[in-house]
Amino acid sequence: MARMTWGDRLYTGQSGINFVGRARLWFSISAVLLLISIGALVFRGLNLGIEFTGGAVFAVPQATCSVPDARSATEGVTEGGVIVTETGAGIVRVQTEPLTPVQTQEVIDVLAQTCNVRAEAITSQVVGPTWGAEITSKGIQALVVFLILVTLFLSIYFEWRFAVAALAALAHDIIITVGIYALTGLPVTPATLIGFLTILGYSLYDTVVVFDKIREDTKGITGQSVLSYAEVANRSVNQVLVRSINTSITSLLPVLAIIIVGAGLLGAGTLLDLAVALAVGMFIGVYSSLFVATPLAVILKSRQEDIRALDRRVSSRRAGQARRGDDDTAAGETASVAAAAPGSAAGTRAQPKRQPRSKRGKK
Amino acid sequence: MPPSTPSSRTGVTARPGRLLIIMGVIFALLAAWAFWPGGDNRVRLGLDLRGGTQVILQPRAVQEGTTITDAQLAQTVEIIRQRVDGVGVAESEVTVQGSGEGAAIVVSVPDVSQERLVELVGRTALLDFRPVWSLAPPASTTVEPPLDDTAASQDIAVGDDTAPADGAAADASDDTAAAGGASASADDTAPKTSAAIVQSPENDPAFTEKVAALDCLDPVNQAGGTPDDPQQWLGTCDQDGLAKYTLEPAFIQGTNVTGAVAQLPQQGVGGWVVSLTFDGEGASALSQASQELYSLPECSPGGPSPCNAFAIVLDGVVVSAPRFNEPILGGQAQIEGQFTAQEAQDLANILSYGALPVTLDVVEVTSISPTVGSDQLRAGLIAGAIGFLLIVVFLLVYYRALGIVAVLSLLLAAAMIYFLFVALGKTIGFTLTLAGVAGAIVSIGITADSFIIYFERIRDALREGKSMRQAAESGWLLARRTILAADFVTLLGAIVLYIISVGNVRGFAFTLGLTMAVDIIVAFLFSYPLTVLFCRSAWMQKGTWLGGLRVGVRSSDSVGKRKGKGRDDGGGDDDGPEGSERAETETAEVES
Repeated sequence: MARMTWGDRLYTGQSGINFVGRARLWFSISAVLLLISIGALVFRGLNLGIEFTGGAVFAVPQATCSVPDARSATEGVTEGGVIVTETGAGIVRVQTEPLTPVQTQEVIDVLAQTCNVRAEAITSQVVGPTWGAEITSKGIQALVVFLILVTLFLSIYFEWRFAVAALAALAHDIIITVGIYALTGLPVTPATLIGFLTILGYSLYDTVVVFDKIREDTKGITGQSVLSYAEVANRSVNQVLVRSINTSITSLLPVLAIIIVGAGLLGAGTLLDLAVALAVGMFIGVYSSLFVATPLAVILKSRQEDIRALDRRVSSRRAGQARRGDDDTAAGETASVAAAAPGSAAGTRAQPKRQPRSKRGKK
Repeated sequence: MPPSTPSSRTGVTARPGRLLIIMGVIFALLAAWAFWPGGDNRVRLGLDLRGGTQVILQPRAVQEGTTITDAQLAQTVEIIRQRVDGVGVAESEVTVQGSGEGAAIVVSVPDVSQERLVELVGRTALLDFRPVWSLAPPASTTVEPPLDDTAASQDIAVGDDTAPADGAAADASDDTAAAGGASASADDTAPKTSAAIVQSPENDPAFTEKVAALDCLDPVNQAGGTPDDPQQWLGTCDQDGLAKYTLEPAFIQGTNVTGAVAQLPQQGVGGWVVSLTFDGEGASALSQASQELYSLPECSPGGPSPCNAFAIVLDGVVVSAPRFNEPILGGQAQIEGQFTAQEAQDLANILSYGALPVTLDVVEVTSISPTVGSDQLRAGLIAGAIGFLLIVVFLLVYYRALGIVAVLSLLLAAAMIYFLFVALGKTIGFTLTLAGVAGAIVSIGITADSFIIYFERIRDALREGKSMRQAAESGWLLARRTILAADFVTLLGAIVLYIISVGNVRGFAFTLGLTMAVDIIVAFLFSYPLTVLFCRSAWMQKGTWLGGLRVGVRSSDSVGKRKGKGRDDGGGDDDGPEGSERAETETAEVES
């Protein structure tokens, strides 16, 4: 038999993270992150793109003009309020207040002349001031409908406690992602919005995978009195840890590819905005399904009557064992506890005593 | 369950061959659908990938408190489409996204400057009714070509008191050759994208002269699109280019029309008619105008002025010019003529919606050069290729031989997505935008997630002590549910986004939803059976490092026992019978 991999050790419980037992620590970390995010949102606000604020943006590719040249040329048409930046890929980006079609054409013409490019080569986007509110309200509408449907689905597929935990994790993801945007000043565009909404789906995807495993492992748990609900759930999370990490890697790889290509070839734009939002959200989504959704689901679940009864049976049984001392029969029983609950008191005590059968049988 | 397959011992009916055949059939059908002769066999690219101009318009009800119906939206789109097509650009696209107040009309046109497109589509179509002052031949000369018929061939009558229709269809088209030489526009400063009209506060000689110079044989001048000021005199063309009208200021606005329906007359013969109802203001105006007009002589080209007809003017062009048979006092009128059902319906639509009860706000204008478009496409494809490559490397490194199954599945999914893009482009006009490309790239990762969930389940099953071929089966039963649930959540998100959102977001949601569906098909009909076949091979059974499924733990003690207990309360299709698991454990350990 081969040497054990990390995945094997997670499976048997020889290594692992005490996701459930140390809930207080994870919640504290999340609480700090949430506070920072809300603070950033309140005090710094979001750097909203023109799609939300209204305005016009022109991108001049392969421009030969300097930034001040482009600014003064544009200001000749718009009378102030012009922001000109140069992006990595040699693109001069000019942002103004909302313009009429005639003004837009004038700006295109002067920029083409100043920067020595054909007018057709200039990309322009003009957004009316009310459209942003429309997009925002649609986004919120989509969010609300999505959350209602997801709550229904999770309540049916799992149960309401899991649905509540999943939703709390979602809220956590949204707030922190928005907070990161406020903190870093990354532009928020409709593409970012797409990213946000995709993250919600993705964060849930991860949570569903974890919850599915917990549900499967805790089926009929009340029929025994060796393991508490929290211990079984914690083992479940550790067993899906490899899966969670791998799926996150495969999801992040293409997103990183978009970021690299987007930043390198195109400069700012739809692809980059979207990919950054996705990357940020995916990290947080994975974190929250393991460290927020799971402990929360266990806490909610542990208030359930039959689970409380189970936990009482488990602890009284252990108290009894402790009084009798560690005899051989108890060691056999606690071995499975050890496998189930790394980091928990019972587990660490019993763990070194017994190796898995497959190992014991080998040289 | 047939006992023929070895896997039946685990309570699973696995027929990998059959599933693979179903997959093959689906794949072949999809390919045939995509590449069926006729139409373009390439993916239709959106505006941001091929360059062009896009305008997003937001409809708003004219009157407070009224709502926008789907019929009104459809009519608006139709009018805009006519205007855009009138400019003669290929591949223009007018779509409605959403419905009611939240709807947006997206107009995408390649090769038209943003200024022109906004000018073209951003206007509200204007409908008014004007008394005809005089009628002239369409050409731009003052010389009268012979005309043997009148363009105003329709009658208007009250209620059921129907006068026989004139019967003579307007037919002045044989004059066009004679007058073809004259093409000077009445108003040279007007952009050629929309019709030239002549307006003046008074019917003065300058006005008459300009009207005489108007060329109604020019198709642009027949297309309409230049809204007229209802308070002023108007010189304009008939929409078929059959006549030129001098019209008095409007007596009824389009908003005074409360209803118009195409119907067959209740009695008597004759074709379809269009019944009109007016609001109070419209009814009294109609009553007054009809009393003044019906006693006048009949209109004819070069004939008397004023004469007995009124023109229905839409966007500055005359769509119909019936005469009054008698005064209309009740606010209800009927337009008769030699209408076909289609013509009557069209006229009724124009009368109902012509003065669009919606105001269109231009909310976003985007113009992208073809070079930038192709750059974006290239960047998207490169990003996709890099992302794909990274995942392939990861899968092969982590799952080794089994990774090949995953990579094949990814390739199959990619091919199916491509076919769907082509097929949907042909059938429902699906266009791939940059956001859609991003959605497709992101979905590569999510598709790969399915294999990982499955493969890790197989490893878990192996650790529980199951044999390789058993693990492939029982691992699937558990993974299947998770994959379905997780994909369903993403699909749900995609559908909600698609229904509610507009523009870019919508393209992304559509692509994402599509790939989720493909992911499920590929996972169930390809990855799963292929993995099962793979795991049945003697080589995989050895559990070598290269196989990708070697695990360091083969236990049947603690976990198995506890799970056994857990399953006592009956766990659906996801439980492998404990007995066979036990038996298999022994062999598994011998094998390893």
